[in-house]
Order: sequence, then C-alpha cells, then structure tokens
Amino acid sequence: MTTFAAYATGEPVVDAKAPSGPIEERWDKRRFEAKLVNPANRRKQTVIVVGTGLAGGSAGATLAEQGYRVIQFCYTDSPRRAHSIAAQGGINAAKNYRNDGDSVHRLFYDTVKGGDFRSRESNVHRLAQISVEIIDQCVAQGVPFAREYGGLLDTRSFGGVQVSRTFYARGQTGQQLLLGAYQALSRQIAAGNVEMHARTEMLDLIVIDGRARGIVARDLITGTIDTYFADAVVLATGGYGNVFYLSTNAMNSNATAVWRAHRRGAYFANPCFTQIHPTCIPRTGDHQSKLTLMSESLRNDGRIWVPKAKGDDRPPNEIPEDERDYYLERIYPSFGNLVPRDIASRAAKNVCDEGRGVGPGGQGVYLDFADAIERMGRKAVEAKYGNLFDMYQRITDEDPYRVPMRIYPAVHYTMGGLWVDYDLQTTVPGLFAIGEANFSDHGANRLGASALMQGLADGYFVLPATINDYLARNPHKDEVDAEHPEVQEVLAQTEDRLNLLLSVDGDRTPDSFHRELGELMWEFCGMARTDSGLRKALERIPQIREEFWRRIKVPGTGEEFNQSLERANRIVDYLELAELMCLDALHRAESCGGHFREESQSPDGEAARRDEEFAYAAAWEFTGTGDAPVLHKEDLVFEYVHPTQRSYA
Amino acid sequence: MKLTLRVWRQKNAGADGAMSTYEVDGISPDMSFLEMLDTLNEELTLEGEDPVAFDHDCREGICGACSLVINGDAHGPERTTTCQLHMRSFKDGDTIDVEPWRAAAFPVVKDLVVDRTAFDRIIQAGGYVSVPTGSAPEAHATPVPKPDADLAFEHAECIGCGACVAACPNGAAMLFTSAKINHLNVLPQGAPERETRVLDMVAQMDDEGFGGCTLAGECATVCPKGIPLTSITGMNKEWLRATAKGAGR
Repeated sequence: MTTFAAYATGEPVVDAKAPSGPIEERWDKRRFEAKLVNPANRRKQTVIVVGTGLAGGSAGATLAEQGYRVIQFCYTDSPRRAHSIAAQGGINAAKNYRNDGDSVHRLFYDTVKGGDFRSRESNVHRLAQISVEIIDQCVAQGVPFAREYGGLLDTRSFGGVQVSRTFYARGQTGQQLLLGAYQALSRQIAAGNVEMHARTEMLDLIVIDGRARGIVARDLITGTIDTYFADAVVLATGGYGNVFYLSTNAMNSNATAVWRAHRRGAYFANPCFTQIHPTCIPRTGDHQSKLTLMSESLRNDGRIWVPKAKGDDRPPNEIPEDERDYYLERIYPSFGNLVPRDIASRAAKNVCDEGRGVGPGGQGVYLDFADAIERMGRKAVEAKYGNLFDMYQRITDEDPYRVPMRIYPAVHYTMGGLWVDYDLQTTVPGLFAIGEANFSDHGANRLGASALMQGLADGYFVLPATINDYLARNPHKDEVDAEHPEVQEVLAQTEDRLNLLLSVDGDRTPDSFHRELGELMWEFCGMARTDSGLRKALERIPQIREEFWRRIKVPGTGEEFNQSLERANRIVDYLELAELMCLDALHRAESCGGHFREESQSPDGEAARRDEEFAYAAAWEFTGTGDAPVLHKEDLVFEYVHPTQRSYA
Repeated sequence: MKLTLRVWRQKNAGADGAMSTYEVDGISPDMSFLEMLDTLNEELTLEGEDPVAFDHDCREGICGACSLVINGDAHGPERTTTCQLHMRSFKDGDTIDVEPWRAAAFPVVKDLVVDRTAFDRIIQAGGYVSVPTGSAPEAHATPVPKPDADLAFEHAECIGCGACVAACPNGAAMLFTSAKINHLNVLPQGAPERETRVLDMVAQMDDEGFGGCTLAGECATVCPKGIPLTSITGMNKEWLRATAKGAGR
C-alpha cells in the first residue's frame, strides 16, 4: 500500500479572523470587533477545557473568573502535575527592562525569523504584545522570579537572541509558572466555578450539527467511560513528541485528544515540524524510558566541543585545548554556542556522524563549564545552574564541575498541531486549541523560552477574549441530549476500541510497539529526513499498525485502573499520527527550521528553504485510517519581516 | 544485577493488600528505579499477570507524581524523587521492599498508587493570591528584596509528592502546607491574604485527616526538594499571628 503518499490537494484554508491593517493594531481591532457575552449569560454557558498545563490551567482559571462554567480534565492525579512543570529555562517578554534595545517589534521579528518564516505574522505579533502582560500577571500571583539585589526582576539571554529578555525562576521556571496557574485554577475550583476531573482522560470529541459539543472521557481509576457536554471545547493537551517514544515529554503526555479531534474534522497543521533540543542527557541503554533535557540556558556559559580527531577516546580533561573543536564557535562566530536549537542539534549530529562523538556509542558532545567556573567562580555557576548540575550528576554519576557534561539532541517540542485561526479556533466550530496543541506561533522552529510565553498568552489572554465571540454567536439553547445518535455512536466507538484492545490477547506489550514506532520515527523522521527514508517509514507504519492489532497484549479489564490499557490506547493514535508526520515531511521538499530535508541544503550544509513553493502552512484533513488525507494550504504572507535565509554566522 | 522485589499489591481501594515477591534479572546500574519496575512490568505483562500500578509522569524529578516507599524510606535511600533514584544505589542480590505512601489521608487506589487529592483541597483553601487575569499592576511596581524572593522560591520548590506525609510517624502534612504558606506569605503580593491563608489552609489540613506534628523532622529529611523543617516554624508563627489578630473564618 503506497496510496497514503498519493494525497490530494483541496481548497486552501484561510484564516478569516485576523484583521487587516497595521500589525500593531490588529489585536486591539479583533478584541473590539469580537462580540461579547453579557455577564449574566456567561453563567449559562459551559466550556470544557482539556488539560491543566500552562495553557489549560490559565484558560480554565480565566474563563471561570469571567463567569463561565468550566469543566476541566487532566489525566494526572492533580492539575499541578502537567508537563509544563518540567520547563526549566525561562519565559520571554519584551519588557526591555535591560534597556538593551528590546521591543515588542524585536521579539516579533526574532520569533518570525527563528520560526524560519513558517508562522503567521499576525499571531506572532500578538504573542509579543501580550508577553509583557504575562510577566505582570505572574508576578502578581506570587511567582518567585529571580531578582536583582535592588529587588527588580532579573533577566538573561537565551538561545537564538541577542537581548536579555528571558525571565526565570532558577532552573524551574515552568514549575513556578504552572503553580501560579494551578493556584489561580484552585481558587476557581474552591469557588465552585470549575468542576475539576483529575485522573480522567479524554478519548474522543463529540460533534453535533457541525459544532463541538462535548467529549468522551474515561475515569482512570474506575474505568467508567462518560460523556460531558458544553457550549465549546478547548484542547490544551500539549504536543505529540511522544510519537518518538524517547523524548523529553512526560511518560503519559499523549496525542489522543488532538488526534481524535483531527479524526472528527479538525485539520492538523505542519505535523512534521518537530523540535529536537540540543542539550539533553545522552541515553545509556535499551532500558531508557525517557530523555532528560537540561535547560539550554547552559549554553550561555558552557562551551560545546568535541575532539578534533576521530575516535579520540581520551578523558576530556586530558585533551589539550588545541586538540578540541569548539565547533559552534568556529562555524557561527557571532552567535557561537547560542545558535537556535535546530542548528545546534544538527551540528551535534554532524560531528557525531563524522565519528567525533563522545561517550557511549559516540552519541554525545561535551558541554564544558571549566572556563565559566574560572571566570565567574564556582559559587556563581552554582547559583545559576546548581539544580541542573545536580540533576546531571544524579543521572550520569559524573560531576560536571570537574568533568564536562555530555549532551545529545532529543525530541522536545512539536511546533505542529491542530490548525487554528487567529481566534485559536480549529476547523470544527466550537473547538479551540491552545498552547503546544495548536500550530500557529512558532512556525518551523520554536525559540527558547517561548513555549511558556505562548501557553500563557493563549490561556490567560487570547482564548478568553476570542471565545466570547463564538459563544455570543452561538448562545446556549438546550443541553445536549445524551441519547442523541451522534453521542451514542462516539461512545460506542470508544468502548469498542478499548474492548478490542483488551480482547486481542497477543504476545507483545504496548511498550514494545511504542519503542518500535519510536525508533522508526527517530531514524526516518528525526533530525535529518530524506525522500527515500520517509517513503520507507510510510511503508512500514501500516505494517506495524496491522501487527499491533494482531499481537497486542493488554492485561486486565476496562473496568479498573489499568495503565496498560491507557498506554495501548494512546499508541493506537500514535500509529496514525506518525504516518501523517512522515507524509507531511515527505511532501515538504524543503528544509526549514526543525524540518531538515537532506535534499534541500546549501553547499555548507545549512537548511535551504524554498519559499516559492512552500511558504504555506500545511493543514491536513483526515479521510480515514490508512487513507490519503487531503492537503489544504494556508498561504503565509510576510508584510513586516521579509523572508531571508537565516544566518547566524 | 539480580534483585528480589517485595511489592505491595492491592487490587483497588476496597480490597485487602499484601506483599508479593518477584525476581528481576539483568538490571543495569544506570537504570532508574522506575525503569527497573518497567522491566518487571514488561515481564508480568507477557506472563499474563497484572503489571504493578505506580504513579509516574515526568521522570525528571519535578512533577511529583512518583511516590514509592522503598525499604521503608519515602523515595528510597537517596534524597531525591523515586524517578531520579538509580539502581547504582543498590547491590546485586539485594531484596527491596516497595510500598505505597502509607497515610490515613492518602488512601491506596491500586498497588503503589495513592489518592493525594487532599493536597489539592489544602491549596484550594487559600494557597493562592486572588488576582484575576488582567488585574495585575506592572511587574516592577513592587520591588521584592532578593532575600525575600529567594526565600519564597525555596518554599515554592515543593513538588507536592507527599513524601513528607509518608515519612511522618503521624501522617502529618505540615511541611507541605507550610511550604505554600511561606512561599506566598513572605512576598508582598501575598500579604493581603496572609492571615486568612494560613488559618484556612491549616483548618483544611486538619479536616483532611492528616495527623498532628510532633516535630519528628522525618518530613524534611526525606523531602526531595529540601524544604527545611523551619518552614513549619514559619507556619506556626503565621498561624499564631493570624489567630492573635482574630482573623479567619
């Protein structure tokens, strides 16, 4: 079967919500044009929010503050544990507290350029504008950002930019921001405005008369499958990096909510735009269950190098200075170790492919703090990076104060996601996607410290403003009838799927399939992709899928706490999403940002974009499992930041 | 490495539990403790047995989901989370006991998984600053002295794992509760609700059935984030101060 690669191209998809006019005024204009819901009517309208990370937590809290009735879900035992909590480095904001030439326009410019001209200008500009409000909001919540001795907020510079605009809370910025959102959400739960369902996982979307009206979700403790209804549904369910099995995502982060929404009509945009993070701890063996990222803020003071000679297996401290290749500083003298993530990752892969990698299997490069310790003193290094050094030492049993760290790239973030318009609404009316779950702001590559910014911008400020317009135009009339044939059908399909998983009783564990798929994706749809490799993957994935349904073994029953069943069900969706990722990567015969096609590179090995053919977002429409999807292109117009080939030399 | 595991198995909250014994082989010292359990579960699955249920998610020591009592110690022999404990901390041939958090306020859900929602309700009682989105002043309007910001951070690091409760001979949640109170009460942003926060959170903590504090100090000893025992002193001071002022519900 090679039909999947023979996709059809449908009508272009257009973002009808972004206003025209000067870019600085568009967000104000949209907020003014958006209809409002009067406060008395808000109480009658219910919004389902799936996910409690930065985007979902902040959205649920804010919608409830506005007077809407919110029903919220998370698969973890507490909303505080969403994987946003693991973000380390910081959050960008165009405050220009440093007076170093930063501005909203510069943050906008950096983000469009960093995204390699595959994001939407209107969205990115709005993100930059809102960035300053986020910091105000978080400080007021009691987020303990790092401060200077004068009591003012400290900032640092972060991968890919030359200004110091990243606010941080030691190496735990994500944790502190998430706890801020969680606390705001907790306040609304206590006030009775949010009905919180923890340990409850969304398994499907309910669409009635063309509008998203609810979800099917499973109580993970009892196994009970239930339906929940609302006037709008918001997905804040994060990215799909766990398709690769090994990634920096949490073990249970998954793509089921977005994939099920896709199957119900929401277009999926740019699935091949995945980000490989350059500073992760290399894997140690086949038992590896996940990869651990260390904040790339380490690149501010650490120097990356490999031995000049191939196969040099001397301990790092015995390799003299002139036999070391500080390759990022050599190739990119002005940005040095601070080049964007995709460039740093690929450079690491290149030196390892040349046989100059270090550590087990030669899959690593050094990140060396010897100079920083000499320059700043151990105490200062400890204050800045102490927790990261501790984490590294705990995992590797090596002391990074004495021996250089070893790092290697790992899948970290997915820029692709559900296609949304300027209002963050998907192609299913009433279904919104926020945070990493949508596609719009980071283009083909996300800059460091911008994920937290986008999650909170969407949740605190964008969605709560734009969803009013939808709810005002679709005022609440009747409750959804639980006996409605659409509801019954979705419910039956969900139950059938789980029952089928339980009944196969084969001879392979869910994890064994997940690992197999992950290895395939890493090899053919990872850091460097080729036409032939992607075609191989597209041939192989349906075979794995077929084998999965023949040989999967899920112990236990559906009516109990069953983690194997949870896992197996998520893999069902990965096995379809992976196929779309490969097709998207195959069709996009250019390199841009995190998507590197070996056929499209400059003579010196840099990613070469092909703007004439590919300056669009690819929004895919689902047509059936294993059937070729339909491509809808959204043309990207650059009025303010003129596309150039990125140069960090 | 070859190990003998004695693991608490309990089908659900209502069922009786018991320790079951398993042998695992081929364990690498570089594995995390949870990866060792993954290995056991892969084998159990293939043998048609119910794998051991345990909470885990980020596996990098920050989400607070993992929660095992290992050889009698919450999170095991090192001062870290279970996911960051590596098998190099054990020896070939060791017998390892693996149990869930044991506390009246944390009922067992299944095997090694417990219900920690009482923690959420303590936060809901007052562990926040009432600042609706959009109402915040400019971030630099209120400078915060660095020592205060650092102190707040030190307490804000709590990951809500519950090891403090599991380690406490009384099953008390004083360290968890005090960490949040100290985090917010030390900051100017938290000052307006300073009194109600401590009174309401402490009242909720008592309502949840956590035990009383006898300053045994086990909580701070096992805390993977190093929340200090003085956190409890700070909370008691805040509580006395608020009570003296006659604030609260």
